[in-house]
Amino acid sequence: MIRSLKKRAHELAETTSQIKILNGEPFSTGELPTFREKIESVGHFPLKPTAIEIFQVNVGYMCNQVCKHCHVDAGPDRKEIMTRQTMQQCLDVIRQGDVHTLDLTGGAPEMNPDFRWFVAQAKAAGVEEIIVRSNLTILRANKKYYDMPPFFAEHGVHVVSSLPYYKAGKTDSQRGDGVFDASVKALQELNATGYGKPGTGLELDLVYNPTGAFLPPDQTSLENEFKTNLERDFGIAFNRLFTITNIPVSRFLEYLIASDNYEDYMHKLVNAFNPAAVKGVMCRNTISIGWDGYMYDCDFNQMLDMKVDRKAGGQHISEFNFDLLNQRDILVSQHCFGCTAGAGSSCQGTVV
Amino acid sequence: MSDYYDSKDLKKFGKIGEFESDGSPLADKFFDWYETVFQAGALTPREKGLIALAVSHAVQCPYCIDAYTVGCLEKGADEAQMMEAVHVAAAIKGGAALVHGVQMMNKTKKLSM
Repeated sequence: MIRSLKKRAHELAETTSQIKILNGEPFSTGELPTFREKIESVGHFPLKPTAIEIFQVNVGYMCNQVCKHCHVDAGPDRKEIMTRQTMQQCLDVIRQGDVHTLDLTGGAPEMNPDFRWFVAQAKAAGVEEIIVRSNLTILRANKKYYDMPPFFAEHGVHVVSSLPYYKAGKTDSQRGDGVFDASVKALQELNATGYGKPGTGLELDLVYNPTGAFLPPDQTSLENEFKTNLERDFGIAFNRLFTITNIPVSRFLEYLIASDNYEDYMHKLVNAFNPAAVKGVMCRNTISIGWDGYMYDCDFNQMLDMKVDRKAGGQHISEFNFDLLNQRDILVSQHCFGCTAGAGSSCQGTVV
Repeated sequence: MSDYYDSKDLKKFGKIGEFESDGSPLADKFFDWYETVFQAGALTPREKGLIALAVSHAVQCPYCIDAYTVGCLEKGADEAQMMEAVHVAAAIKGGAALVHGVQMMNKTKKLSM
């Protein structure tokens, strides 16, 4: 199993190093336009929020997997974890506004010791939709997680899980040996609990992201293909497939550089820029909360330590101000081209 | 110029109309048609991508091989499908050479007692 960039004391573990690369060639030489220049040319700069409707909370960077493309640089060696106090602050804010969705991510969010408490409190607070981004293998990693599917069902959790392909080879090459088999078992468990089955109301969505330096295929046709193959080979059912573009941040950025794909990939993202995708980017209706309570425009900005604009009334959840945050300027950099390429990309798949 | 092929030149393909005298009407027509060819029709975009990949090998165009390897991956094709497409191209190329052996045999038979 590979180790996180942080554990390896890799240069890219420093967010300043990543930002320097994203601001360097081919953008610094003018060979490619910057994201700011590109959205200025279509009248979207500064990028503004619509309204905050989704709270995406990263409850910690600890994970049982070490995926090669992970933008969080998550892994078993990461110890950053959200406290119950910070979770409570999130709940207090959610109760004040029109937030309809709590989107829990990590790392493996289930590994946070207060994860179940947080979900139960959010449910009791009347949050309309609670999403858990589960890597699937955690559900089979240890007996203490075996009862997670019924816990999810009891609280009406919407499960969203990564599965880069319906065959083992591509999945394991990205997410680690044995991940596909464990994911299949976890999906079968979720199905047995009612997830992904018609009439249960228990939603199970899968996430595809490319296993390399290329853009995702058409979402609808790939969803049909996943459904056909997973049902035929493993009897697995699910609701929707979201295709997500890999963003050049953290370990995916490391991969791009090490494989000499960085420049070509940035050309690809810029050439595929779709003005229509700008309107639907997730940072416009989402706020991202880090494990320590700091706020970001999205989970990728979080990993680059680009906290929300200071003028938005403060950068910590303890200083949350709906009005000022809804008027803030969203911070952008060249990684944002990942969300506007082709049909666009968000945590809910394509945006066009 | 020290090299005949440079992978960076693929990015310049879109500017192939640069030397046309009045705008780039020929290049524009080509790219319009090209884009239409690869849209979904009786064949899916993936099937068209796999055909393009096979033809790229048959015409031995390194730019095309790069472009349609990426294109196939982005249309959801997997490595096994792509390799089979290359074998189809190779089989036709090989068959095309071999079938000319009939001409050789005909000529030899004509010349021989």
